[in-house]
Amino acid sequence: MGTNDKDDGRQMLRYMIRRVLLSLLTLGILLVVITLIPNVAPGDPARKIAGAFASPERLAAVTTSLGLDDSVPTQFAKLVRDVVTLNFGESFTRPGESVTGLVRASLWNSFKLVLFSLLVVLPISIGGGVLAAFKKDTWVDRSIVTTGLALSSIPEFVSGVILQAFLAVPIAFFKVSADPPNSGIATNLNYLLLPVLSVLIVYFGYIARITRAGTITALEADYTRTAFMKGMSTSEVIRKHVLRNALQPTVAVTGTQLGYLFGGLVGLEFVFNYPGLGRLILDAARGADYPLLRGGVLTVAIIYMLATLTADLVIAWMNPRARLSGGMA
Amino acid sequence: MTTNEQADDAPAPALSIDDLHMAYVVRGIPRDVLRGVSLQVTQGEAYGLVGESGCGKSTTAYAALRYLPSNARILDGSISADGRDLTGMSSRELREFRASHASMVYQDPVQAVNPVLRIGPQVAESFRILGQSKAEARESALQALHRVRIASPESVMERYPYQLSGGMLQRVVIAMALAGDPKLLVLDEPTTGLDATVEAEVLDLVRDLRSETNASILLIAHNLGVIRTMCDRVGVMYAGRIVEEGTVADVFDDPSHPYTVGMLNSIPRRGVRKTDRELFAIPGNLPQIGDPLPTCVYVDRCPIVGDVCHTEIPPVVARSDGHWTRCHFPDKIDEVPQPEDVSSVAEIGDEEIIGIHGVSKTFRQRGQDVPALVSIDLGFASGETLGMVGESGSGKSTLAKTMVGVHEPDDGGAITLRGREMAGKATQRRHESIQAIQMVFQNPDSALNRSWTVRRILARSVKKLTGVGGDEADERVREIAAAMRLSPRHLDMRPRQLSGGLKQRVAIARAFAGDPEVVVCDEPTSALDVSVQAAILNLLALLQREQHTSYLFISHDIGVVRYLADRIAVMYVGRIVELGTTGDIFAGPVHPYTEALLSAVPSIDGVAADRIPLDGDIPSPSNPPAGCVFHTRCKYRIVGTCDTDVPPVVDAGGGHSVSCHLSLEQLPTPVQIVASGSDSPG
Repeated sequence: MGTNDKDDGRQMLRYMIRRVLLSLLTLGILLVVITLIPNVAPGDPARKIAGAFASPERLAAVTTSLGLDDSVPTQFAKLVRDVVTLNFGESFTRPGESVTGLVRASLWNSFKLVLFSLLVVLPISIGGGVLAAFKKDTWVDRSIVTTGLALSSIPEFVSGVILQAFLAVPIAFFKVSADPPNSGIATNLNYLLLPVLSVLIVYFGYIARITRAGTITALEADYTRTAFMKGMSTSEVIRKHVLRNALQPTVAVTGTQLGYLFGGLVGLEFVFNYPGLGRLILDAARGADYPLLRGGVLTVAIIYMLATLTADLVIAWMNPRARLSGGMA
Repeated sequence: MTTNEQADDAPAPALSIDDLHMAYVVRGIPRDVLRGVSLQVTQGEAYGLVGESGCGKSTTAYAALRYLPSNARILDGSISADGRDLTGMSSRELREFRASHASMVYQDPVQAVNPVLRIGPQVAESFRILGQSKAEARESALQALHRVRIASPESVMERYPYQLSGGMLQRVVIAMALAGDPKLLVLDEPTTGLDATVEAEVLDLVRDLRSETNASILLIAHNLGVIRTMCDRVGVMYAGRIVEEGTVADVFDDPSHPYTVGMLNSIPRRGVRKTDRELFAIPGNLPQIGDPLPTCVYVDRCPIVGDVCHTEIPPVVARSDGHWTRCHFPDKIDEVPQPEDVSSVAEIGDEEIIGIHGVSKTFRQRGQDVPALVSIDLGFASGETLGMVGESGSGKSTLAKTMVGVHEPDDGGAITLRGREMAGKATQRRHESIQAIQMVFQNPDSALNRSWTVRRILARSVKKLTGVGGDEADERVREIAAAMRLSPRHLDMRPRQLSGGLKQRVAIARAFAGDPEVVVCDEPTSALDVSVQAAILNLLALLQREQHTSYLFISHDIGVVRYLADRIAVMYVGRIVELGTTGDIFAGPVHPYTEALLSAVPSIDGVAADRIPLDGDIPSPSNPPAGCVFHTRCKYRIVGTCDTDVPPVVDAGGGHSVSCHLSLEQLPTPVQIVASGSDSPG
């Protein structure tokens, strides 16, 4: 028996190594693309940043600060160095502030928003999906699926505005801004409530539908029948046999959506005046703050990679067969 | 709720189903599936239920444990086990009943265990429910695996399902089913989909466990041989009703209902061959769930139907003690038409049309060579059927795919058409080579384009294979369809509107569109009911008589191969270990592997005198045993010879060759089937 345990452990370890190497490869490709974009994009980025009427000296200074007078391989090496040392230089638009510091502050804000969102969205959506699967083809199922579908067609920044108008304006408890004046946990949660509700509205239908499909498959599977035939109660069967099989697609989807939650909630952060990563990237792009933009985009990309990596590892933990596939050969 | 009337002092039957009427609600409409099923399984008895798909046998099985889908409705009747009424049980009582009183084993063991959990905890769970502690349950699980003859239970406990073979998993499922020492064991097609050799092992195990535990058994199977060898009594089901019941010997040797007679005549029995007579294809189709059948359920297809059959439900007529039939005219049973004798016989040509010469196929997997085929030599004359048998993994399908050019053979081998070598890959073959070799698959659903009409499917094949188009192609499509006994209205239907048998006819029509020389049939009837299978086999034999087509006929059903094949090739680990005429193979002497393979087949004519068990699994082709590949499982193995030297080919005369170290005199003869009496076998 011991040998098998060891085999399993080794298999999982081998899968993890393969999967991490694959992530590093992805990161490498991403860095190459980021290096190449300013070199191949039409127009001179330095000219755009410095302005059409900038003096040649100013233009040269900007070009140097962008590192564009280096050869492409040198640019790439510098980028790798920046990533490893987490040093992306100074912001253009906010002189004297390091990109790393700015990104770190926004990342922390986004992290709070995403964590709170997940804690609300996942239990409600998974619960809804499992319930719909159990009540398949009844009015309960149909209302969960229809409601989810209808709500997910409202973008989060639209539902955000609606929530502000109908909840935050008349009721003092709900806040129009998500940026709390002080940093107590309760205050933070209070201020984040409406943005999180907006995220729930857009994601509930999606995650509930995936969960429902996975649960229906697991409920109809022969092994579930075996469990019932053993004389197990419904709740035992769900806990011990159904969920671990049913939730694999949900985990995969959550992993891929995490990246969006970190970097893609631009509209929502804007509506609620919340200084998250999305806002940071938007502001950097509008202000042509190239170093800040680069730092922000890279951060989101790395988070996205880590999220899918985590999801894959969780799935491999849930399903022994998944450890055999995936990653590099 | 019904009260149980208990007979004086006789023990209550292990299972008693009384006039059970059930329906499935589909789109709000209840559709009848059981139309008054009554049966009793007495203590310690094995009762078999046979019938074709949709007859309600599985519904009856699940009703015995009251495990029914949410749209099932019990309309009338009662189910009780050991005198306890099941229909009125609360869910807690039902759980207790399933945990310690009755259990079930079903088809497809691979799906029946949870893929993400280790075997140990899954088996232990069955004991935890009985109130055992974690440590006790683990110990019990170990014992349970031991009891189902799993050689190293400790290591199996730690494995995941995907690491075990189907036969092994079925043992695990049986171990779980036996956890509560059930008085009633329901087996629903427990060996369907398993190799004959594995099936025989599982059946042996069930038989042994039955005598150890004295559990009563309700066995559902479409394979009548399984029922004959395992059961004391049998009920024949048709369209939700039991139409005949009696001991297995009475029902199978002296059938008294027109349906039983028809079903038995549709199966090749007692060594009947395609040159002797056709198989009986029951005219008409199986009724659908929910069809209104107010009187006799068989009335629409019955050859001895009378006026009264349309107006009155037939009575139960006793034939002998415990043997009854539900028919208005049991005395007219001899008037049920027998299958027709075959007048003309397909001539087998002398010339080799397709030749396979020294063909090997080696796959590369994870940097390792896997020889799936090792120097195969075969020839097909026109009008000849070559049957191919062997366990899963022996390379039968690889050979089929290599013939049609899906796989390219290794260098050195050649496939020839009338002596001319053809390219290995179908994409590089000349038009006439592609036209010459066509294939029919097990599953017509995946072979036919779902969104096309039958006419379009056939027209495309005609164009592709013969090059004709326009009106000529349309005419050819009509011709082929007529030859396949497809009616013109079928041409405008799509595959999903056709039954399984009709779909397979379309697939065969597609293969015949370009007048092929050889048609490779890979398990073409395995997914079909016996009466439908009979029609397909008749069609294949007829086409062969008319068009002199050759077949490579791959099947795990030895009876079907014996009926259709002129010669039989036995494959094992990518090698042909025996080749001979069908008569020679069944008369012997044979290869030790063939002997074991033939003895594993449960026969509906009686019980094999002695089964030769095969220990262990078929070796992986990636790591074939040295010497004779069969020596690891051979009971005649000569140590020092068989494990080191590749066996010579023994010529048994008449083109019958056996690859074995035994001399011709030492080779075994196949076991003979002895008709069993009415007392229970074993």
